[in-house]
Amino acid sequence: MTDILQLLIYGLVLGSVLTMGAIGVSMIFGILRFAHFAHGDFMTLGAYLGLSFISAFGLSSWWALPAAMVGMAVIAVFIDQVLYRRIRRTQPVILLIASFGMALILRSLVQLIWGSDNQTYASGIQFPWQLDWLGGMRLKPDHLWIMLISLGLVAGVHLFLTRTRLGKAMRAMSDNMDLALVSGIPAERVIMVTWVIGGALAGAAGVFLGIDTRLHPVMGWTTLLPVFAAAILGGIGRPYGAIAGGMIIGVSMEMSTLLIPAAYKPAVAFAIMVGMLILRPQGIFKGTV
Amino acid sequence: MSSLLEAKGLYGGYGGADILQGTNLRVESDEIVVVVGPNGAGKSTAMKAIFGLLHIREGEVRYRGETITNAKPEQMVRRGIAYVPQEKNVFPSLTVGENLEMGAYLMKGDLARRLDKVYTLFPKLAERRRQQAGLMSGGERQMVAMGRALMIDPQLLMLDEPTAGLSPLLIDETFERIQEINAQGIGVLMVEQNAKQALSIANRGYVLATGSNRYEDTGPNLLANPEVAEMFLGG
Repeated sequence: MTDILQLLIYGLVLGSVLTMGAIGVSMIFGILRFAHFAHGDFMTLGAYLGLSFISAFGLSSWWALPAAMVGMAVIAVFIDQVLYRRIRRTQPVILLIASFGMALILRSLVQLIWGSDNQTYASGIQFPWQLDWLGGMRLKPDHLWIMLISLGLVAGVHLFLTRTRLGKAMRAMSDNMDLALVSGIPAERVIMVTWVIGGALAGAAGVFLGIDTRLHPVMGWTTLLPVFAAAILGGIGRPYGAIAGGMIIGVSMEMSTLLIPAAYKPAVAFAIMVGMLILRPQGIFKGTV
Repeated sequence: MSSLLEAKGLYGGYGGADILQGTNLRVESDEIVVVVGPNGAGKSTAMKAIFGLLHIREGEVRYRGETITNAKPEQMVRRGIAYVPQEKNVFPSLTVGENLEMGAYLMKGDLARRLDKVYTLFPKLAERRRQQAGLMSGGERQMVAMGRALMIDPQLLMLDEPTAGLSPLLIDETFERIQEINAQGIGVLMVEQNAKQALSIANRGYVLATGSNRYEDTGPNLLANPEVAEMFLGG
């Protein structure tokens, strides 16, 4: 029983990371109609930006988070302006391939600047709290923070999408691009805000991953598959679905280690994604494809 | 005095061969103008071209005397021209209230007054303001679509087949609403399949065929014209 609770916590931590990535992937798909393959490497770059920030100023690990979020928001908008914007009016597959290229560029850049060895935000081991009232289950403070901050960010995205004019315009564009144009909604501004949010959340996901384990140039790339699985499971183009999808995939991946070796975790995400595409391709919440 | 809208000799289409072959349309500020004609005549194409959604290769569109040929839809909205497409004319996952708010995206402030005005015209929308537009019936969605367009306080309202797919009862109601909107001093330009009924509330009408004007007259005269009746109104 304690094992299951323990895995549930790990699953929710992983789910938080995946959710941060999947909201961005889902929003970008909803507005721009292409699968953003560089999103995993956005996470990686964000994690490393955070690392440089805290080591430059001698700060503690969690300061990496705001640095990564701001840095990736700016970089995401920049990449959109110099690359994606120019090919916006071509076909989605061209954008997809371009984003794949961008993924390779970013990964190489990370290797070039920071090297290909494992790195960590803080050395030493963090001692977990032992929760006797939960059968002696252990909870690391960092894990609690990852879950709480994710919850806060999700709430922030929710308020933005439902309470602000720009957020509503983003949902409107995702719903019906042509009608948004006819209503006079400024598409380019909405697209820019989409990248700000997508980039910032990818940065957060990267820092969460880095804090949970370590930093490595392929950390984001290897997380991209479960992120896509989460976005598809929730119904791509639906940011709320991405939250449900992220949590389901995260928990399933961790729970699977009860039955099969941990090396198969990505395969679990893949299996859920394929199963979903066969049984209910529109996702749990009806997506935009 | 220049006309509210005047389109002269429009040529253009979706990139291939021109669908519009010298189309002319004119709307005065107090008029309801109806465009009828067989399928593929270029009625909807003309609307889209005027609103800046399709490229006009040749010809001129003037709004209150100002040339607006090929201006972007956003510019049309800023000038007070609202357009309701025939299909997919609501944001399905947004609530009724949010749909209306999106209509006024470019208009700074004044949201409460604009909403009030639309809710007065369509009281049913006020009751359902929190409902998702995608879950509403066809008739209700059409109200949301028109309401969204009216949020900018337009001078000219362009409607592409506002009664398509509606029951006879709802068709009557829609035409009544259009007359009410027009009575507020808003010029209406609409494409319609229910030609007889539409022409009966129209000040003037155009019969379009293969992208050019075939007939142009007052609504009653077009209805009374035996050739028009035989060719386009189903006898």
